[in-house]
Amino acid sequence: MAKIQASMAGNVWKVLVKEGEEVKTGQDVVILESMKMEIPITAQADGKVQKIYVNEGDFVNEADDLIEVE
Amino acid sequence: MFSKILIANRGEIALRVIRTCQKLGIATVAVYSEADKEGLFVREADEAYCIGKPQVNLSYLNVEEIIQAAKKSGAEAIHPGYGLLSENADFAKRCIREGITFIGPSPDVLEAMGSKIQARKTMKQAGIPIIEGVNIPLKGEEEAKKAAAAIGYPLMLKASAGGGGIGMQLVHSEEELAKAFAGNKKRAESFFGDGDMFLEKYIEAPHHIEVQIMADSFGQTVPLWERECSIQRRHQKVVEEAPSPFISEETRQKMLDAAVQAAASIGYVNAGTIEFLVDREQKFYFLEMNTRLQVEHPVTEEITGLDLVEEQLKVASGEKLSFTRQEVKRNGHAIEVRIYAEDPNTFFPSPGKITEFQLPSGKGVRNECAIEAGSQVTPFYDPMIGKLITWGATREEACKRMKAALDQYKVEGIKTNIPMLKQVIAHEQFLKGMTTTHFVSDYYVPEKVQTN
Repeated sequence: MAKIQASMAGNVWKVLVKEGEEVKTGQDVVILESMKMEIPITAQADGKVQKIYVNEGDFVNEADDLIEVE
Repeated sequence: MFSKILIANRGEIALRVIRTCQKLGIATVAVYSEADKEGLFVREADEAYCIGKPQVNLSYLNVEEIIQAAKKSGAEAIHPGYGLLSENADFAKRCIREGITFIGPSPDVLEAMGSKIQARKTMKQAGIPIIEGVNIPLKGEEEAKKAAAAIGYPLMLKASAGGGGIGMQLVHSEEELAKAFAGNKKRAESFFGDGDMFLEKYIEAPHHIEVQIMADSFGQTVPLWERECSIQRRHQKVVEEAPSPFISEETRQKMLDAAVQAAASIGYVNAGTIEFLVDREQKFYFLEMNTRLQVEHPVTEEITGLDLVEEQLKVASGEKLSFTRQEVKRNGHAIEVRIYAEDPNTFFPSPGKITEFQLPSGKGVRNECAIEAGSQVTPFYDPMIGKLITWGATREEACKRMKAALDQYKVEGIKTNIPMLKQVIAHEQFLKGMTTTHFVSDYYVPEKVQTN
């Protein structure tokens, strides 16, 4: 089980996956918007999305949990 | 002249406007978000009003709160700075309705130039050269493919309401266009509330050169020379200079003439900038018009000796321009670099707290900056934390002073692009004046990214 975290503070612009979906290493799972730039957050391992902690529009801080992959 | 104005902006540009007001004896009103309550510009203003939460749509774009602050404080005019509400025709209209002067051109002009498609049409009619492309919003991918085939690849796909490179992509083929279309349209819709897309023929190795103009309400339009702003990353300017090291005197005069013609044809009043792309043969094409003060206005001030904010205030209060085209002399060379809170290799933002901060000083060095040690760089706004400008009698001298000033510049606690700027300024191609919009990808990124 791995938790994907925000690499920097920002707003959640897009959540690109759904719970139960299979993701691959390097796949974009969330796009944050910080300082007027899109910051893609990628999966670090293959697995199944167990839980999504955030909604589009939420503000997150660096290292906040975004998604849990198993 | 006004006795009190409100500044509907933040950071360095708010501080810049305040400085001119202080010089002219005009009282200033700052508005700020909760994230900026410790800001230098808030302290420097004579009055300040909190207008909402950190997110721009809840504060700096909150027209209602800004108008209320203006009324409460008795400000006679609003300076919108750049970005945020500066090119918003509805905001300008609202100011006028409330009896407050909007320091900028008329709402009609803001509207006409706010749509890039509309601006292309208007400028074509005025006899200004535009890049071959489509002048109607593309309905969908299929229409885009047809239009693209008629013009020929490579092409720039662009958002009509775009800015800062958002919604813009270079496409080399029908496959690339198909891939890019929907995503960029969506991005434009989400960022600008307008998903109209169009295409322009791609110009190889272009220079981005713009002309500053100042126009009064008595029909006088004066060009204040050009700025070369070709060095960009993520389609955003990083280094700007005046004059351009690339164009000939003949091209320069032609571009100044075209800019005056463009501005006069739409009845433009106040400070404005006409951006052009210039190809290898020095042929130039209208790109867009920025209907506000530009981030890079200091380089123009440095070579002309004018205070553009002062001129804006004079024109907005109904005064005539005090100079003619012949009277605006150009002296020496000025360079500006934008200091961004970002990783110098990936260009990703780097918000955080600034622990140590030291601005450079010296002959010909000018700082535009609104942060200090202890300032928090938040993720809510643009990553630009300051601008460093150097002037020299020659380009070489301005470059030398820039290099020395960058060596002195100290920012700790966050990452900045200063290491990148140092490399650009010292690069042999830059020193030769070989600045195209490809500079960063051709000379900077490859070696840097590989070594990291």
